[in-house]
Formats: sequence, structure tokens, C-alpha cells
Amino acid sequence: MNQLSALHDFMPLLPELVLACGAMLMLMFGAFAGERSAAMVNGWCVVVLLLAGVAVVWMPAGQHAMFEGSFLVDDYARFLKVLTLVGSSGALLMSLDYLTLERQQRFEYGALFLLATLGMLMLISASDLIALYLGLELMSLPLYVIAASNRENVRSTEAGLKYFVLGALSSGMLLYGASLIYGFTGTINFAGIAKVTQGGASIGLIFGLVFLFVGFCFKISAVPFHMWTPDVYEGAPTPVTAFFAAAPKVAGIAIFARATVVAFPGIIHEWQQIVVFVSIASMALGAFAAIGQRNIKRLMAYSSIGHMGYALVGLAAGTPEGVQGVLVYMSIYVAMTLGTFAVILSMRRDGRLVENISDLSGLARTHPTMAFFLAVLLFSLAGVPPLAGFFGKFYVFLAAIKAGLFTLAVIGVLSSVVGAYYYLAIVKVMYFDEPVRSFERMPMLLRLVLGVSGLANILFFAYPAPLLGAATVAAKSLF
Amino acid sequence: MNWPILSVVTFLPLLGALLVALLVHGNERLARGTARWIALWATLVTFTISLVMVWRFDGSSAEFQFVEKYNWLGIASYHMGVDGISLPFVILTTALMPICILASWTAIQMRVKEYMIAFLVLETLMVGTFSALDLVLFYLFFEGGLIPMFLIIGVWGGPRRVYASFKFFLYTFFGSVLMLLAIMAMYWDAGTTDIAALLRHGFPIGLQKWAWFAFLASFAVKLPMWPVHTWLPDAHVEAPTAGSVILAAILLKMGGYGFLRFSLPMFPAASHEFAPLIFTLSVVAIIYTSLVALMQEDVKKLIAYSSVAHMGFVTMGIFAATAQGVAGGIFQMISHGIVSGALFLCVGVVYDRMHTREIAAYGGLVNRMPLYAFVFMVFTLANVGLPGTSGFIGEFLSLIGTFKINIPVATLATLGVILSAAYALWLYRKMIFGTLKPSLEGIRDIGWRETVIFAPLVVLTILFGVVPKPVLDISAASVAQLLENYNHAVAAVKAANEQNSSSSQAVRELAQADRGATR
Repeated sequence: MNQLSALHDFMPLLPELVLACGAMLMLMFGAFAGERSAAMVNGWCVVVLLLAGVAVVWMPAGQHAMFEGSFLVDDYARFLKVLTLVGSSGALLMSLDYLTLERQQRFEYGALFLLATLGMLMLISASDLIALYLGLELMSLPLYVIAASNRENVRSTEAGLKYFVLGALSSGMLLYGASLIYGFTGTINFAGIAKVTQGGASIGLIFGLVFLFVGFCFKISAVPFHMWTPDVYEGAPTPVTAFFAAAPKVAGIAIFARATVVAFPGIIHEWQQIVVFVSIASMALGAFAAIGQRNIKRLMAYSSIGHMGYALVGLAAGTPEGVQGVLVYMSIYVAMTLGTFAVILSMRRDGRLVENISDLSGLARTHPTMAFFLAVLLFSLAGVPPLAGFFGKFYVFLAAIKAGLFTLAVIGVLSSVVGAYYYLAIVKVMYFDEPVRSFERMPMLLRLVLGVSGLANILFFAYPAPLLGAATVAAKSLF
Repeated sequence: MNWPILSVVTFLPLLGALLVALLVHGNERLARGTARWIALWATLVTFTISLVMVWRFDGSSAEFQFVEKYNWLGIASYHMGVDGISLPFVILTTALMPICILASWTAIQMRVKEYMIAFLVLETLMVGTFSALDLVLFYLFFEGGLIPMFLIIGVWGGPRRVYASFKFFLYTFFGSVLMLLAIMAMYWDAGTTDIAALLRHGFPIGLQKWAWFAFLASFAVKLPMWPVHTWLPDAHVEAPTAGSVILAAILLKMGGYGFLRFSLPMFPAASHEFAPLIFTLSVVAIIYTSLVALMQEDVKKLIAYSSVAHMGFVTMGIFAATAQGVAGGIFQMISHGIVSGALFLCVGVVYDRMHTREIAAYGGLVNRMPLYAFVFMVFTLANVGLPGTSGFIGEFLSLIGTFKINIPVATLATLGVILSAAYALWLYRKMIFGTLKPSLEGIRDIGWRETVIFAPLVVLTILFGVVPKPVLDISAASVAQLLENYNHAVAAVKAANEQNSSSSQAVRELAQADRGATR
């Protein structure tokens, strides 16, 4: 009886347990069965991710605090965990063919995906500073390794190393910020910090907050801590780039929003300024710096910097509407990103991936369906209605207007006009230019990912209620 | 008979586009034919159904009719409906689409399937724009139209198509995002984005002004008004013929429709206050762009500039906010939709044969193309605004409406009519009369397909010039109600201002008396 209830108590932890056990199982299996089993192990890792997703959905409803309140499972966490798992499993799914074609099948690859995702889930549920740091490190360490997973390639190892050094620096800053916050409030629990900071903040606490934010901004690659992004995106193997673009950003934004909204509601005016600045800088840099890019992976890096800026617009509002906007934005962002990378992964000629935008010339004639879906995704990324990307922007700006952040909103929409230019430039290459040689046949799995994400972007407007409803419920659980 | 007729009209073309996308495969020549026929039938059926709406429309009521409302976004709903202001535009759209498809019948030989899909999607979005009764829904349709038009200009356009398509997209997108922010601010003020509800909502003066300018940014680019019109000549010149027709006849009208649907009724105080600004811009547009049109060497560019000038009459009439002015504005838009569309078709006819749009390349066409010369003459005269053509009614009404409000503006605008005669007749003389250019010896007159295209347009141009009543009647009730609300709101603001100033006067007097007493 007692044992049963103990098991029951651990139920909210089930997705994490599935991932942790799955990762170890896969590692063991891979180690015993040898390299030949790598393709199978990586395939099974996708299944483990999906199982974890089922566990999240299947979990008992309501709010569960575990480990003395440091691990919190609520609607907010559930929403973002599902989203992260979608991002991870999508990226891993897209890796399978790539790894075989590039002869890089290693069983550690999938296991590292699982461990990184485990870290993300813990990060999303983290409700005190220690849990936050643990989740963050568990997420980051596998990411450094995966970035360098193509170890014969100089660019890939450089990307891994660069990411590691800068990531370690930012972790240090975050830890320093956390210690300052603990020092000035006497507690590490978010709810406890909220109580102490109700009446205002001391200068030491503000310092701590700033350092904490530095860590967050690094993880979500917001300006001015974005420098690593283009190089890592370009250097890392392409499916890994897709993974970086989709999953860790969701987890990063999740903890950013939870920490600020739950722990520092009393000093909203202090942190709002920082978020507004970071948001404006990210949107503007994302819009302008992407214009000159020729490499599509680098372009996606700047594009993702810009998108994080838009997501932060919602956070800057600091209201339930704002958080709802962030959640909607991130969901749509994941869908758009996975689809776009499915196309990037199928830009393959003579057995090699090509990465220049000019390689897409005349795609509308050589691969009309692929071109159509990519065009949809690009218009969606630009935020043109009636595609899903528009609704993402709509909700964050709606919240910003309500919060009275007019300058932020105006700069935001104007940079979206600038940003539209480079997305259009890709559409132009695909539709207006003369065709070059066609790509190799697109693998089935990539078609699946592209088709699902493309259709989701087109048809979102027809039936938006489920996502919007879930996001509203999730956002409410933070307040 | 309670079927959702408006949704059917809106989404039938989309269904046609889906059919083209799914059914048309294989053999190149066969595929082209199938795509064309499906598109033609889709647009024709849509047009027929939209005529049912005219027949069932109650012109004596100012209420929205054929209303459909379903839950959609939570904050916004799927709310569709038309009144006397929007119905003419819906019909204009559905009527011109089959003509556009026919006009592209032989001119477009490359990627016909995609071309037809783009046009059908565009029709859905245009009809949706005019019949949406929810701001977010409106914005969705309004902005969505950019995507197909961008592709139409960019894929099937002329040599500078890339530049023109980017300019078109970015200009329009820039204006619209500001409007989007205003829509959001309106939502937080009124608690709804429902247009029918917002029309009854009184916005505070401060918000009215900002929102008015934000909407102006969008509609002024779309219409286009001077000085943000520069995308239009480029887009027109580079677009394929049918693209120019749609652009001139319908996309531009979205701006004017926006002024009528949003700016005037929702921000009456701001509209009243800033009307002089609109008058100035309109007069500049009328005179300046007419002068620019005089200097053009490219036929399409000339017509494009003349479009800007004609839209100047529209904005002037609308913001005069008199019964004649607003009715004139609407009529002018409908008439311009027919006439400028037809003029671009006329250019398309000779372009298909000679592949040049330079005015200097033509001359003496009347010798070889008598029928064409006649058709072109009708539309040229309508463009000038000759009595007896539809162009006259619109210009005349909007000028009368403005005379009541602002005589200098109306006088200057009347000068524009003379200028329009100058450039239009000059163009006609250059192209049609004179000695026949040797290169034009073998040119054919318009064939049966082109006759089918032009016949209804010629008939409508003259019919509306002689009997303008049908159009004016449809919109009369809605316009009357719009102006009643507008005048009411403006009077209320004036009264409030006077009260304010008189009460502050009283306070001042009181203070003076006070000071006197202490002294």
C-alpha cells in the first residue's frame, strides 16, 4: 500500500523518468550491441521521446509540487514539455536519414538527445534556483557534445568548442546571479523570492537579476548574447542545428518566463526595462543582420535571434496575456523551424548537403511541392496572414499594447517589415529565378515533417481554438 | 433558403484553386487547358452566385445583410456580412475575375496552373476583405492578398519584376503593420474587434487620432495617395495584364473602402480634424500626378499615374463627408474599377501583339484595328470624365460634395479634370491616329475572345454614365446612416469643446474676480 502510494507520488515525474531510464537503456544496448546497432538505437530514441510525450499528456491534472517545491508540474510545464518533446523528436526524426547518408550513425547521438531533452524538461519544471541550474547544465552539456558530433569536421568541432566555452561562461554568470539573489533574499525558492521582493528590490538583488538574465539570454540567443549562434548553427551538423533551433529555445524561454513572472512580480518595472531592451535589440539585429547572409543556416540563426525577440515582447508585458502570447509564439515557432529545416536537410546534391540560398534557385519548377511548403513557411516566418506566424506575432503584440509598451510594439512591427525582406528574398530565389540542377529525392521522413508543419501553418487559422485554449490555461497557472 | 451565400461566394474560388492544384497533372498542353477552364468556371459560378446577392439585397436598409457569425479566435469571430458600401465592391470583384482569366487565356503560357491558383486565391482574399465584419478577419484577408499578388508580379511580370514585386510587398506591408497595432489598441479600448459593434463604439479623442493615422498609413499606401504612390507605377508596369487589371480595379479600392468602413465612421472626430490634410494630399495627387502622366513614354505607366489622380477624387469626396461626396467617392471607385481595368486590358491587347508598351512604337492603329479604336475611345473618354460615361458621375458628385465644404480645394481639383483630358486624349491621338507605323502593318483587330471581354465593360461604362441609379441606390441607405452618425459625432465633439472652453473661460473670470476682491 505504502509502496503504491510512493509510486503514485512519483507519477508527475514520469516523463523525466522515462527519458532518464530510456537514455541509460539505449546507451547500454548500444555499448553491448556495437556500432552496427546505432541506426536502430537512434530510431528507438524517437520512440522514447514520444513515450515521454504520452506520459506528459497522461499525467494527472492539476498542480504537483515535488521535492519540497523545487520541482513543479503545472499546466504551464505540461504545455511546454509537450512542445519541447515535439521539437526534440522532430529534430531526431530528421536526423535518422541524415546520419545514415553521412555515415555518422553513432548510438550516443540519440542518447545525448534524450539526456539534453531530460534537462529541458527539468528546466521547465524548475521552481527554485538550484533546480534551475541543474536543469540548465543537464541540458547544456549534451548539447555541447552533439554540436561537435561530427568529429572529423573542423567546423563542427569548432562549433562545439565555441559553444562550450561561451556556454560555460554564461553558466558561471547565471550561477553568480543566483548566489547574489540568494544572498539578498535568503531563499532560493521562486515563491519565497517573490514574497521578499514584494516591496521593491535592493541594488544587490538587481545585480543578481541582471546576471541571471545574462544566462537566460545566452541560452535563447537574445542580443547582446547572441554571438555564438551563427557560428554554431553553421558549424554543427544540420539536424543538430534544427534541434538547437527548436528545443532548447523553448526550454530557455520557459524558464525565463517562469523565473521572472513567478519570482519577481514585485519588481516588474525593473526587469521589464531589461526585457524590453533585449527584445528590441534582438528583433532589430535579427532583421538587419540576416539581410546579407548567403548561407541558409546562418540566415536561420539570425532569423531565430529575431524570433526570440518577438517572443520576449510577450514576456515584457508581464501579464497573463503576454505569457499566453509567448506560448502561442513558441508553439508556432517550433512548427515553422522544424519544417524549414526539413527543407534545408533535403538540399542534397551529389551526395552532399548544400547550404547556399542560391542553391534553391528555381525550386518551384524542379520540386514544386517542396517549394510551395517552404514558401508557406517563409511567409509564416515573416508573419504574413493568414499563416500561423501572423497569429504568433498578433498575440504577443496584443499583450504589449495592453501593457502600454507602444514603443516596443512599433519597433517590433517595423522590424518585422525589414525581416520580411530576407524571407521574400528566398521566395524570390525559388520562384522568380531560373532553375539549377535539381536536388536528390527527398527522404520520406523529411517529407512527413515538412508536410505536417507546412499544413499546420496553412490551416492554423481554420481551427486555432485548441492551441489558444491550452495556452490560456497554461499561462493562467503561472499567475 | 438560409444557406451561407456570402461564405460560398468568398470560398468558392479557393475551392477552384484546390481543384486546379489537385486535378491538373501530366501532359503540359492538356494541363494548361484544364487549368484555364476550371478557373473560368469557378469565377463564372462565383459571379453568378454573387448576382443572387444583388437580387436578394434590401437596398432600403442600412443594416448588414447575409450575416454569418461563428466563434473563431476567442477575441475575434468569423463575422461576415455586406451593406450598401461593400456590396458594390464584392460584385465588382466577382465580375472582373472571369474577365481577367479570359484576358490571360493566351497571354500566359508559362506555369499556367500556378497562375490560375494564384488568381483564384486572390479572389477569395479580395471578396473576404470587402465582406469581413471583424477587424482581425479583415486584416487577415487584406494582408493575405499580398502573397498571391507578390507572386503574380514576380513570376509572370516584366523585366524589372523582382524590384516591382518587392516594392509592392514591402510598401503595403509597412503600412499595414501600423494598422494592426491600431486594431489592437481598439480591441483593448472597446473589448471587441467586431466591426458592427465598433461602429457604435465611441473612441476617446486621443486614441482616435493615433488610430486614424495608423489606418491612414495602411490605406494611403494601398489606395495609393501622394506621396506614397511610387510603388504603383512600378507594379503596374511590371505586372502581367490581368495582374494590372486586378491591381487597378480592386486592390486599390481596398484603401478607399477602408476609409469608408473604418476611418470615417469609427474616428469621426479625427477625420473631421484632419480632413484638410487629406484635401491637400488629394489635390496634390490630382494635379501633380496628372502632370507626371503627361510626361510618360510607357502606356501602362501613364494609366497608372492617372489612377493615382483619380483616387485623389475619391479621397477628397470621402473626407468631404457630404452625401454627394461620399456617394461620388464610391461611384468613382466602381467606375474607375471598370474603366482603368478596361484600359489596362486595352494595353494588354496591343502588348500581346507587339510586345512593347512604348507609346512611340504605336500610331495609326485606327487603320488596322477599327473596333479596337472604338473600344479604346470609349474608355479614354470615360477616363477623362466625359458626360455620358460612368467616369463623369463619380468626378462630378465628388466635386459637388467638396464644393460645399471647401471651395479652393474643389476648384483646384477641377483643374485636374482638364489635365486628365490633356494626357488621355494625347495618348489616344498618339496611338490611334496619325500615320500607321510600318511595324504595325500586320496587326490584327480584336478577336472574338477579346470582344467578349470588352463588350460588358463598354456596356457598363455607358450604362452607368446614363443611369447611375442602380449603384447609387444600393449604397444610399448605408451612406446616409454613415453620415448621420458622423455628423452626430462631430457635433458632439464640437459641443464638448465649446463647453470646455466656455467653462474654462468661466473659471478664468472667476479667478480674476477673486483677485480683484483680494486687491
